[in-house]
Amino acid sequence: MEYLRAFLVGGAICALSQVLIDRTRLTPARILSSYVIIGLVLTALGLYQPLVDFGGAGATVPLFGFGYSMAKGVEAAVAQYGWTGAFTGGIAATAGGVAAAVGLSLVMSFFFQSRDPS
Amino acid sequence: MKLSRQEYQKLYEKASPPSPSYKNVLMAFVVGGLLCVLGQGFRTLYQKAGLSEQGVAAAVAISMVAVGVVLTALGIYDKIAKRAGAGTLVPITGFANSVASPALEFKTEGMVLGTCVRMFTIAGPVLVLGISASVLYGLILVALGG
Repeated sequence: MEYLRAFLVGGAICALSQVLIDRTRLTPARILSSYVIIGLVLTALGLYQPLVDFGGAGATVPLFGFGYSMAKGVEAAVAQYGWTGAFTGGIAATAGGVAAAVGLSLVMSFFFQSRDPS
Repeated sequence: MKLSRQEYQKLYEKASPPSPSYKNVLMAFVVGGLLCVLGQGFRTLYQKAGLSEQGVAAAVAISMVAVGVVLTALGIYDKIAKRAGAGTLVPITGFANSVASPALEFKTEGMVLGTCVRMFTIAGPVLVLGISASVLYGLILVALGG
């Protein structure tokens, strides 16, 4: 059941994004960065948590979830460390994904060529 | 050849056939949904392994990113992305793809100036804006006595 909810929520977010791309021709960089900010703002307003509770990974895997993690991280860090937490919380909460992307991509670039030069 | 704006518009529309939008949207739904199901699989796995809530979130992100980077290196991710559009862009695997893809493509320009610099072509703005927004939110929380 939780898999069905993840499929529906995640699929719906991606389908809406496709409509957005087809209608506006926004570039990927713009879409991804605005999604992170939108996710962060929605979480700050308390609007994203219900979607995470319902959809699980369907809400956290799309890039909104990146902003969600940042907001949750900042909230926890500020509560624990005060003002320094405002600077450490966001990066700390998302460090795993970013470090994995950067580190693995570097390693892969040693062994693989680009398959699709287009 | 002289063309009025309207004539040009007609020629332009003739030359670029309308994209099959409903099909794009369906593909995005299915592929994006399936990637989230995969994420849910990782989530259940790590929850059963007894990781903390933050630990699960980080482990799922790392696993999904690893899937995205490896599929990109094997040339599979971009093939799926051609048909799935937002279905492969919006999940965090798409973020991984946006880092890995230029890392491989620009290795010919050298490791530092090619791979290391180009890696952040798309991830850079995402991180700059995301981090800045998170700091701003944190400072607001501090100001409100959070």
